[in-house]
Amino acid sequence: MAEISQGGGDGGKKGGKIRSKKTSTRIDMTPMVDLAFLLLTFFVMTTTLQKPETMEITMPEKDDKEPPKVNERHVLTLIMGPSDKIYWYIGITDPEVKVTNFSKEGIRKLLLTKKVEIPKLIVLIKSMDESRYKNMVDILDEMNINSVQRYAIVDITKTDKDLIKESRL
Amino acid sequence: MAKVRGHRGGSPTIDMTPMVDLAFLLVTFFMLTTKFNEPDPIAIDTPTSVSTIKIPDKDVLTISISKDGRVLFNMDGQYNRAELLNKMGTIYNVQFDKREAHSFALLSSMGIPMGSLKQYLDMDVDERKLVSQPGIPTDSLHNELADWILQARLTNRRLRIAIKGDRDSNYPVVKRVIKTLIDKKVNRFNLITNMEKAS
Repeated sequence: MAEISQGGGDGGKKGGKIRSKKTSTRIDMTPMVDLAFLLLTFFVMTTTLQKPETMEITMPEKDDKEPPKVNERHVLTLIMGPSDKIYWYIGITDPEVKVTNFSKEGIRKLLLTKKVEIPKLIVLIKSMDESRYKNMVDILDEMNINSVQRYAIVDITKTDKDLIKESRL
Repeated sequence: MAKVRGHRGGSPTIDMTPMVDLAFLLVTFFMLTTKFNEPDPIAIDTPTSVSTIKIPDKDVLTISISKDGRVLFNMDGQYNRAELLNKMGTIYNVQFDKREAHSFALLSSMGIPMGSLKQYLDMDVDERKLVSQPGIPTDSLHNELADWILQARLTNRRLRIAIKGDRDSNYPVVKRVIKTLIDKKVNRFNLITNMEKAS
């Protein structure tokens, strides 16, 4: 099968002496080929060429500087609630809390309409303790998809919790 | 040659040399590109995102957060790992010998508090698999993760920090980890995600 015939057979011997059979040094390559393919299969199967993706986020530095003042009418607050709910409201004084979800009709539509309504939109992302890590990644993803330029992840306050409790959504 | 063969009438020989060449070429390629990363002791199901940035090949510190809120630490680079272990040992007054440093260098993610790390490193590989890892303490009173991060950054200055969280892990744990990072002046970090499936 896999073998090299060495010695070239009838090199210069035109005389055709049949008995001059050279003890040709043939190497049986079969085991080597077997091994080569075994290794090949092994490495093909174990290699992972795909690397996971990452999302880069930059958090503001922790300092005691006064945070920049913004017009409260430009601020959209999103609160990640339990069981994948998103509570949202605009402004700070007596806001009306509404609820939405992570579907295309939910948060994406909300962000797109708000972006048109409020050109200087700032989004505050707050997460309740009941929310999952997935919610945070999803909402950051939505920010990227809808190209919301200004957003921040902030801690939830007691006022927020009370607002949600009052709204009974 | 062909004439001579014809006379014999045996099985036709195929010259396999080019095939073997190719096979070995491929073997070499895959051997060199394969990276054996030890499987994580805890399975982590990362959330999906549309992000397309790939994680860097080296100088990565990974903080894994499991579904039940345990925190695991991983850093690449064997030499750096051994050095890091010694630094951590000095802080926590634990002496690690060469063998323990070596087995730490070969570990993947680990979530063992400093108190029982020495004991864990003394076990052999099969025994270690049976140990359930409690996770690295991240409480504000006893924050070992903060020390790991600080010392790792002192060991390898080019380190990038990535958080690999399970999609179902609770937010408070994630918040604690992020807070620890910010406390240690790490304001830029990566969240490891999977490719979004086309919906």
